[in-house]
Amino acid sequence: MLLVVLILHAAAAMLAPVAIRHAGNRALYGLALVPAGTFVWTATQKPPVAEAYPWVPHLGMDLALRMGSLSWLMMLIVSGIGAVVLAYCARYFTEGDPGLGRFAGIFLGFATAMTGLVVSDDLVLLYVFWELTTVFSYLLIGHSGEHSAGRRAAMQALVVTTAGGLAMLVGFVLLGHGAGTYRWSEIVEGPLPAGGATAAVLILAGALSKSAIFPFSFWLPAAMAAPTPASAYLHAASMVKAGVFLLGLLGPLLALAEPWRPVALVAGIITLLLGGWNAMRQHDLKLLLAYGTVSQLGLLTIALGAGSRAAALAGAALLLAHALFKAALFLVVGIVDRLAGTRDLRELSGLGRRMPVLAVIAGLAVASMAGVPPLAGFVGKETLFTAFEHGGTTDRLVLPALVAGSALTVAYGLRFLRGAFAAKPGFAPLQTPRPGFAFLAPAGLLALAGLGLGVAASWLDGVLTPYASQFPGETEHLALWHGFGLPLLLSGAVLAAGGTMFAVQLRGRPWPGRRLPAAETVYKWLMSAVDRAAVEVTGATQRGSLPFSLGIILVVLVLFGAGTLVFVAPWPSGLRLWDTPLQLVAGAVVVSSALIAARSRRRLTAMILLGVSGYGVAVMFVLHGAPDLALTQFLVETVTIVMFVLVLRRLPVRFSARPLRASRIMRTTLAAATGLVAAGMAYVAVGGRTAMPISVDFAEPAVSYGGGHNIVNVALVDIRAWDTMGEISVLVVAATGVASLIFRRSGALQRRRAEQGNGHLDQQVQEPGPWLRAGDNPEARRQSIILQVVARLLFHTIVLFSIYLLFSGHNAPGGGFAGGLVAGLALTTRYLAGGRRELNAAAPVDAGLVLGAGLLTAVGTGAAALVAGGEVLQSALLDFHLPVLGHIHFATSTFFDIGVYLIVVALVLEILRSLGAELDRQHEVAARTERRAIERQREPV
Amino acid sequence: MTPNLVYVVVIGVLFAAGVSMVLERSLTRVLMGMILLGNGVNLLILLGGNAGAPPIVGASDAEMADPLPQIMILTAIVITLGMTAFLLALAYRSWAMSGHDEVQDDVEDQRIMRLAERDEGSGTDDTDHHEAAR
Repeated sequence: MLLVVLILHAAAAMLAPVAIRHAGNRALYGLALVPAGTFVWTATQKPPVAEAYPWVPHLGMDLALRMGSLSWLMMLIVSGIGAVVLAYCARYFTEGDPGLGRFAGIFLGFATAMTGLVVSDDLVLLYVFWELTTVFSYLLIGHSGEHSAGRRAAMQALVVTTAGGLAMLVGFVLLGHGAGTYRWSEIVEGPLPAGGATAAVLILAGALSKSAIFPFSFWLPAAMAAPTPASAYLHAASMVKAGVFLLGLLGPLLALAEPWRPVALVAGIITLLLGGWNAMRQHDLKLLLAYGTVSQLGLLTIALGAGSRAAALAGAALLLAHALFKAALFLVVGIVDRLAGTRDLRELSGLGRRMPVLAVIAGLAVASMAGVPPLAGFVGKETLFTAFEHGGTTDRLVLPALVAGSALTVAYGLRFLRGAFAAKPGFAPLQTPRPGFAFLAPAGLLALAGLGLGVAASWLDGVLTPYASQFPGETEHLALWHGFGLPLLLSGAVLAAGGTMFAVQLRGRPWPGRRLPAAETVYKWLMSAVDRAAVEVTGATQRGSLPFSLGIILVVLVLFGAGTLVFVAPWPSGLRLWDTPLQLVAGAVVVSSALIAARSRRRLTAMILLGVSGYGVAVMFVLHGAPDLALTQFLVETVTIVMFVLVLRRLPVRFSARPLRASRIMRTTLAAATGLVAAGMAYVAVGGRTAMPISVDFAEPAVSYGGGHNIVNVALVDIRAWDTMGEISVLVVAATGVASLIFRRSGALQRRRAEQGNGHLDQQVQEPGPWLRAGDNPEARRQSIILQVVARLLFHTIVLFSIYLLFSGHNAPGGGFAGGLVAGLALTTRYLAGGRRELNAAAPVDAGLVLGAGLLTAVGTGAAALVAGGEVLQSALLDFHLPVLGHIHFATSTFFDIGVYLIVVALVLEILRSLGAELDRQHEVAARTERRAIERQREPV
Repeated sequence: MTPNLVYVVVIGVLFAAGVSMVLERSLTRVLMGMILLGNGVNLLILLGGNAGAPPIVGASDAEMADPLPQIMILTAIVITLGMTAFLLALAYRSWAMSGHDEVQDDVEDQRIMRLAERDEGSGTDDTDHHEAAR
């Protein structure tokens, strides 16, 4: 059911933009039903609820979801606040706001991630959701991306929380590795695993950065750039709450680690005080609340990080109370902002009279925040005082900080109320419109809930005790009345001190202190230092010149390779000269032609020598016992030569000017060094091989499973079929790329289609002409008729041979690649003999069509296996009898090979059409234009 | 396994010749270098398996050559064909557009180099610092 909740949320997130485009702001009420339904369902559940689904079994990762008591509380907060805020958005955003669809989608996505986070039992899963909330918060904060402040704030939040998140991930891995499981419900049972202390510190870094605790506090006030409803959700229910939730969730075990408590307490206290102090200095209501949140998060960190039973109970209660009052206050600010047009508390005047209901709602929320009985905030805070009253000396030291922080909370709470609603002397009361019921109701509901929970403190105690009892320590209860004692005295003192501070500030004393976060300066310095370093490193290593960049890579290869070879590698003792002396001959051909090719400055010479060296390699393949490789290499080398000739006939005869002497020496040195290292690696790697190759076991399955005797071919279409699939995809892309580079205008493509559809463009009536007559070709004057006729005679034979290769490939050298290349060469012969019209006559189809057909055949074979109940691309053997042909033994992977064949043919056809026929045409057009220009010049004017 | 000297030498020379061609600016020459390098790598992979009779079951009684490197190389050979076709088309296009087939320096990289010379940041960190500097 938890999974269903997550899926529903995600579905709502995806539907949101569509729904809002069709139904406008009203759709938000419908969307709010998803979190609202979740709220109701959760309320009826009794934790713990757990479920698990297999996810990545190879990694031992399950989709393990578990709702314990704390998660149950967080689920209620996340879904409840989410539903209320969504309903509020319907009034907050103006009808037809173009950004609303996106906003609602991201908001619900955020809700999905947050819900997932609180119910994850698997730590890795938790991390995934954790980072998802980071991403969604980035999108929410940067909602108005056209403002640089919004972008900067979003980036800041992203960088800070992601950095913390990464530290946390390392902590999780340490923890999970030490405990042998990533399920928190299992880890929490056992003792603290080895490395637990390091893990605790790393996880704390993640949690504290997420919750904007000192020294990471600065990102949260900046995040005010988000729309107010987003801020309400971010501050009250999600994002920053994730950090304190994690503290609470992991506390039962990790508080046993030595550094956990001191770090959490010290960071919490500093944040509590600094946040409150700065809230007193803000003039923007929203910013005031933001610093208030920072302060309150400090308080929650103290409570949930303390690791004692009473403090945890108080922390859980405060978590709930804070969610209610902070969301309410943000919604109030949103209403004020929308109706009065400003959030500056120096400009707002007389709103209390204008909107009494809103003032009451804000008053209730502030009272809960300040800890006034009988509201929820009071219940939590008093229990917190009790928790630290009973503790040891450290705890007693925390107590004064709690009191001071709470007093600041009272003071800025009053400052908020006066700033928003009081009539200011010297300012005329603003004549704002009054908010309607639907705009007020969400905030009112939350404020009243704060009151209701305060009254129902004993019920709250009942539901939160199962969580608190995970911690050691004395039993404590949530109650409205704890009797006379130190806590009550402190509560009174807090209210009195806070009131005094507020009064002092009202007298006009400027609130002392400068900017809070020194950390923000550090952050900015760090970010610009990273930027500078990146510029320097990039500028030094990547100078924009291809030879330079390649040179850097090769130098690294040479240095590392040579270093490893000299210092580490085990040098083999033996060395054979050759397997057969013939290898020496082939090797000498390869070596000499490669060396001369590298020195040649003429394109054609280099190309021919390249081909010779390629054929030499093919001979080496034969001598090694690799007939398939040799066949393919021969064919590929031939096609390559044809391609080069087609292109080089248009390019200058020589390569461009020789590089400078100094760089030539550098180049040669680097080349020689790379060659040496490569030879060394070959020597050492082969000598170092001791294990049996796995392919010794290929022979038997090739016959019994693959149904063929040629192991290489069977493997290509069977066990390595995925690779082949990737490879033919590359071929398709390359063929398409070639065509799009050569056919420059879309008009060229259309003309090409027309020509292919009609092999003889000049003839109006299509009639089957005489088979071997070549005289009808207008280009025939420049071509050899004998060659053309011979090409036509041979064409069908070669194609038939290619098909033979395709089918025999399973048992003898051949297969789809070789067959396709042979068929391609048949087409090449026709083209070379008779030009592009001859090519179109030989293959009157669009190469793109053949490519598509081939890919479809290959993919179809793979998919058919899936449909038949096997794995993708699994092959099967078919045996059946046909009347004339007799017994047929057939592997389905042959179809895959047919796809390969078609794609290779189409690749060659595409090459001929582009590099051959189209270049011919472009050349003809250019020549014609030139001729006309010359003729025009000759004419007397 | 004992290494085969002919292979070791051929591999070294193919690498050296390939690298010296790749380090130039003419795209056709770079392409030729890539093809030589590719042949060298293919032989390097092939050398990883033992030589022998063709890996066809039942064709011969002698010990078979290791089929696995052959399977990998077959894929590599055909991919090289696709790449060659594409780079040739690119070289031709470059020639048709600008009259030569040389790889030009990257403009964006040069911009970063100038930033580095002036000791400036890229400004992509979006901090106040740069806002003020502008």
